[in-house]
Amino acid sequence: MARQMTGAEMVVQALKDHGVEVIFGYPGGAVLPIYDAIFQQNEIKHILVRHEQAAIHMAEGYARSTGKPGCALVTSGPGATNAVTGLTDALMDSIPLVVFSGQVPTFMIGTDGFQEADTVGITRPCTKHNWLVKDTDKLAETIHQAFHVATSGRPGPVLIDLPKDVQFANGRYTEPKTARVDHYQPKVKGDIEAVTKLVELIETAAKPVFYTGGGVINSGTAASQLMRELVDATGFPITSTLMGLGAYPASGKNWLGMLGMHGLYEANLAMHGCDLMINLGARFDDRITGRIADFSPKSTKVHVDIDASSINKIIPVDLPIVGDVAHVLEDALKIWKARGRKVNKEGLAKWWAQIEEWKKVRCLAFTNSDKVIKPQYALQRLEALTKDRDRYITTEVGQHQMWAAQFLGFEAPNRWMTSGGLGTMGYGFPASIGVQIAHPDALVINVAGEASWLMNMQEMGTATQFCTPVKQFILNNERLGMVRQWQDLLHGGRYSHSWSDSLPDFVKLAESFGWKGISVSDPKDLDDAIMEMINYDGPVLFDCLVEKHENCFPMIPSGKPHNEMLLAADAAAFSSGAALV
Amino acid sequence: MAALNIKKGATSHSAYDLRDFHSEVESSHTLAVLVDNEAGVLARVIGLFSGRGYNIDSLTVAEVDHKGHRSRITIVTRGTMAVIDQIKAQLGRIVPVHQVIDLTTEAQPVERELALFKVAATGEKRIESLRLAEIFRANVVDSTLESFVFEITGTPDKIDAFAELMRPLGLKDVARTGVAALPRGA
Ligand SMILES: Cc1ncc(C[n+]2csc(CCOP(=O)(O)OP(=O)(O)O)c2C)c(N)n1
Ligand SMILES: [Mg+2]
Repeated sequence: MARQMTGAEMVVQALKDHGVEVIFGYPGGAVLPIYDAIFQQNEIKHILVRHEQAAIHMAEGYARSTGKPGCALVTSGPGATNAVTGLTDALMDSIPLVVFSGQVPTFMIGTDGFQEADTVGITRPCTKHNWLVKDTDKLAETIHQAFHVATSGRPGPVLIDLPKDVQFANGRYTEPKTARVDHYQPKVKGDIEAVTKLVELIETAAKPVFYTGGGVINSGTAASQLMRELVDATGFPITSTLMGLGAYPASGKNWLGMLGMHGLYEANLAMHGCDLMINLGARFDDRITGRIADFSPKSTKVHVDIDASSINKIIPVDLPIVGDVAHVLEDALKIWKARGRKVNKEGLAKWWAQIEEWKKVRCLAFTNSDKVIKPQYALQRLEALTKDRDRYITTEVGQHQMWAAQFLGFEAPNRWMTSGGLGTMGYGFPASIGVQIAHPDALVINVAGEASWLMNMQEMGTATQFCTPVKQFILNNERLGMVRQWQDLLHGGRYSHSWSDSLPDFVKLAESFGWKGISVSDPKDLDDAIMEMINYDGPVLFDCLVEKHENCFPMIPSGKPHNEMLLAADAAAFSSGAALV
Repeated sequence: MAALNIKKGATSHSAYDLRDFHSEVESSHTLAVLVDNEAGVLARVIGLFSGRGYNIDSLTVAEVDHKGHRSRITIVTRGTMAVIDQIKAQLGRIVPVHQVIDLTTEAQPVERELALFKVAATGEKRIESLRLAEIFRANVVDSTLESFVFEITGTPDKIDAFAELMRPLGLKDVARTGVAALPRGA
């Protein structure tokens, strides 16, 4: 049943048909017809941001915390170019987004018209797919395909560029179920012979480890559930990348903590020394592998990934399984149970004994102080005072992000939103607003560095306007801390431009936007201040003045293998040339 | 634990694929990429090659099914087996790409290219160019008193050889289509 309507009305209708509740956006000349259509309805809520980059990060936070696609709307030219960082971020971290951009009318395309940019050209490498729609009759079908592509297979951002005349013109609206999506159907079932091989490996491995990533979260809650079942039933240790935290509970008995450049000693050594590595939805990123030639030299490697191009891209594996993690795990569990739930008990007992030895190193230990707040201590207290609540954490990028990953525990998937692949400073604050919009009653905290936070601070207005009581927990070291750390360890202590000069008075800044501002610098006052933040019904800017020269450990200096990690105690003796990556 | 009889880096299709991933030898591969003929599809394919640093030695594209709006892109590229597998997988990820076939590995392909050669010469050189054209089964498609345009089809090697012979005889210009390829047999 086809209905006639304008292109702009189709956008709104399609959003409703796909169950979208909220869209993050910013108007401009080239999207006025769509804003007009939004004005004339009440079902879809529009969140007016203060910068288009933030609209995309909010949509990311919304998507990551709900498992649903996030939606955004930007105008042509500068609106679209401002969205590019967010799109790239979402592509790197496989976040499903559907983004609409306005465009000059079709007859003006190519004339360097006012606010014209080659948006599909610019965003081609930073979207999973994009479309320029030139015919209103094809618009509905394109939007339906866009939702399908964004959410199927390995998720990612897609963009639809909409010339203004296409928004004004009348056309036929077709329903989602009539859309042609047949040819893009990524394979979700793993090859059953390969899955059986995996089970055989599970049955005999003496030193196994699960290495899991964001793919488990993207696969949905069923994947996390099945993974927990398999991990607990086999008794295998499990570690995860930054993106995968929460898929297995931090309180679970097999949890080794995060791995990678700032991962835990026991997790990285288990990766290095294992004889069976089962990679579930992770991608052997360079922050994980360290030096490729020495990466886990003795293990048989299994890689389960929905994206065939992730397999053998960096690390050659022994057993590739292309498929959705949940489907593969379901089959693996079935086969493993049917074959008698066998594991190598003796081997495992020795392996765990070894892991317990590594744990005794207490790699996260730090020297606390009663004069100045150590950032690690601040996070320990935040964890202690919030862990029993319905809590969502976002982060910015830098040392604070790594400390957050080390010191906060995640018990469920979709509770941890961070910019992993792109490492985008300025992600966390808008992402926290997106999360809060999706979960109005939850406690949403952005663990931030002062420098990152300033990159999208204009969104304070958005938070005030839409009554999102987000808590901005700034670990203020008055430094671009992570940059300072590399300069300290790798560039002879020459701190070139890595301090935060001319910072605002955060408390006054908060008040000027109608927020609450809290500043704390004495460790004795920290708990009360955190409680005040949590209990305040509204957005809070929490300026936590911390030690300025703390470095984040453990650290695998880039280009080194896992077994050459630096612990806090070794740092003084460490000297090395500048790093390449 | 029990050793597995699987080679490192076996590719996505089968756990029992025994090709040697570690081989550092680069070789030339002809890939056929079947795509929806929609705006920007060629830019996506080319952008992938430049963005990820792969080689393109030759590329041809044309719509092969007008009703279904399908185009066939034939790409000749070079790389180790691992790189070629990565290129295939990356191409396979592009939404309007329906199929990627590594003709070199999967099906001893028939490969042909068409080229036009302009040779300007008089006297003995002019006669020699005609003689060689005959040997190579090139056709004269334009002639003036001072020049010929030859049309030749064949494998890229044959066309290279023809170009070498024509150069001293007054070769002025060459236009080549790039390789078109199909698997042999039914
Ligand atoms: C947009 C952007 N620009 C630059 C960088 C490089 N960078 C990574 S961490 C960092 C410093 C972050 O400082 P801050 O937010 O204060 O966090 P800290 O490390 O001090 O905890 C910089 C500049 C980046 N990741 N993103
Ligand atoms: Mg800082």
